Amino acid sequence: MAGVAGGNDFQWCFSQVKGAIDEDVAEADIISTVEFNHSGELLATGDKGGRVVIFQHEQECKNRPHLRGEYNVYSTFQSHEPEFDYLKSLEIEEKINKIRWLPQQNSAHFLLSTNDKTIKLWKIGERDKRAEGYNLKDEDGRLRDPFRITSLRVPVLMPMDLMVEASPRRVFANAHTYHINSISVNSDHQTYLSADDLRINLWHLEITDRSFNIVDIKPANMEELTEVITAAECHPNQCNVFVYSSSKGTIRLCDMRTAALCDRHTKFFEEPEDPSSRSFFSEIISSISDVKFSHSGRYMMTRDYLSVKVWDLNMENRPVETYQVHEYLRSKLCSLYENDCIFDKFECCWNGSDSAIMTGSYNNFFRMFDRNTRKDITLEASRESSKPRATLKPRKVSTGGKRKKDEISVDSLDFNKKILHTAWHPKENVIAVAATNNLYIFQDKIN
Amino acid sequence: MTLTLHHNMTCHPISMRVFFFYTVYCVFFCQHKEIDDNVISPEKAEEVKLKARYPHLGAKPGGSDLLRKRLQKGQKFFDSGDYNMAKAKVKNKQQLPAVTPAEKAEITGDHIPTPQDIPQRKPSIVASKLAG
Repeated sequence: MAGVAGGNDFQWCFSQVKGAIDEDVAEADIISTVEFNHSGELLATGDKGGRVVIFQHEQECKNRPHLRGEYNVYSTFQSHEPEFDYLKSLEIEEKINKIRWLPQQNSAHFLLSTNDKTIKLWKIGERDKRAEGYNLKDEDGRLRDPFRITSLRVPVLMPMDLMVEASPRRVFANAHTYHINSISVNSDHQTYLSADDLRINLWHLEITDRSFNIVDIKPANMEELTEVITAAECHPNQCNVFVYSSSKGTIRLCDMRTAALCDRHTKFFEEPEDPSSRSFFSEIISSISDVKFSHSGRYMMTRDYLSVKVWDLNMENRPVETYQVHEYLRSKLCSLYENDCIFDKFECCWNGSDSAIMTGSYNNFFRMFDRNTRKDITLEASRESSKPRATLKPRKVSTGGKRKKDEISVDSLDFNKKILHTAWHPKENVIAVAATNNLYIFQDKIN
Repeated sequence: MTLTLHHNMTCHPISMRVFFFYTVYCVFFCQHKEIDDNVISPEKAEEVKLKARYPHLGAKPGGSDLLRKRLQKGQKFFDSGDYNMAKAKVKNKQQLPAVTPAEKAEITGDHIPTPQDIPQRKPSIVASKLAG
C-alpha cells in the first residue's frame, strides 16, 4: 500500500454514502462509532440513538471486475435504550460509545457494543433454512387439533430467504460508576477490558456477574483529582499487556502478570513539555482522545487535539513520529474553548500494513499521513464530490494572509461538521468516514 | 521575573549609577520577554484573550473543575423549590426574575426530570436512516 497519501499513482475515490440528506439532523442519527470486523467483510456503525447498523461487503460482480463490491445493509438493531438511574439521579444516554468485533470462530458474528454504563455482546447469525412438515402445528404456526392427526411425518429442512438475526447474548452491567469510554477485546479471545474515567475492568466473555478491577485511579479525596482515563486498548498479540491514556497527555503500559491491580505502570510514555510555552490551554489540548496499537504491536498511536503521535513501545521519553493535523487552530484556541470544540474527541486509525494513518478534522475534512513517504493529504467528505468513482480532490486550508484559489480560510471552516470517527479496512484500501449523520465509503482507484 | 534588590542593598552597597542601570536593564528585559512571548506563542496570545473575557477562569487550582464537570455529566439534581417554581412558571406564563447562571452552567429547575418527562422505554421503533 505504497503512497496512500498524495503519492504519484495513488488516488482515493468516492464509493458510497449512507444516510439522509436533510439539513435538519436528528440528534439520534449522529454516528458515534465505526468499526470494520477482522476480515473487513462487515462494517458496523453505532449512533446516538442506540442503534447499530451493519453493512456487508458484496462480492464483486464477475462481469465488472474493475469495480470493488459495495457495502449494503446486512443487519440493524436497537442495541441500547435510554435509562434513568433513579438512585443516583443520573440520566444514562443510549449513545453507542464503541463497537468492537470479536474474531470470528464459527458462522455467526459477534460484537461488543457499549454505552456509558452497560456493555452488551450481540450475536449476528444467518438463517437460511426452516423446518417444514411439523406434526403438531400448521405451516402458519397454529396448533393442529390433536384428534385430527392420523399419521406421523418427519419435518424436512427447506431453504428460505436469508434472514439475519441479531440477539443479545450477554449483558455486562453495573460495573462502572463513571462513563465508559473504551472497550477492547483481548488477543486471548476470552477476555476483554472496559475503561471509564477512573477505572478499568477486565471481563470474561462468558461471565456477566463479575469483573476484575485492574486499574483504579480514583483518589481518596476527589478534590485531589488531576487526571482521568481517556482511552484504553489491549495489545494485539500479547494478552498480558494493555495501555491507557490520560487527560494529561500521558500513556501508561501495564502488564497484568505483575500484579492483580495494575495501578503501577510498567512503562510511562510522556513527551517532555517546554515549560516556557505552557498556557491555560496546554493541558486541555494535550489530552489524548484515542490510543491505537499498530497491527504489528510494535507501535502505538495517540491523538490529541492538534496532532497525532506514533510511539515506539521501546521508547518512553518521546514519540518517534508527530503529525500536525490542523496546526492553524492553535491561534483559534480561545474561540474553540468558548464553543466547546476544544473538547472534541477525535479518533485515529492505522491502515492494514501500518504504513499510513488517518484521522479527522473540521469542515468534514479528514487527513491521511504516509509514514514512509512522509506525505500527507487532506480530503473532504461531502455530497458535492459524491459522484460514483469520482476522484477526491485534495483540500488545503490557507493559513497566511493570501488565500489561493481553491483554498479555504480558517475562519470559513464549519466547526459543526466534525469527523470524529473513521475506520480503515484491515486488508484493502477502503475507508469509512462518519460525517455527522452520513457514512462515506471511499476506496482506491483500480485501473 | 521579580527584582530582588533587597539582598544587594543590605550586603553589597552599590553605587547609584550602577543601581539605576541595573533597574533599567531588568525592566527592559521583562518587557522584551513579554513581547517575545506574544510573538512566539499564538497559544499564549489566545490565553490572554480568554483571560480578558473571563477574569475568574482558572482561579481554582488545576483542571479539576473541568474534570469534575466531566465526571458528573448526566447528573440531574432535584430541588423541590425549583420544581415548584418551574411548575408555576408554566402555569402563570410569567417571566420570573432569573438568577444569572454561572458561565457554562445549567439552570436547575429547567432540566429536572418530572415524571412526565422521563423517557419511557423506547420500543424498537424508528430504524436508523443508514439502513434506509
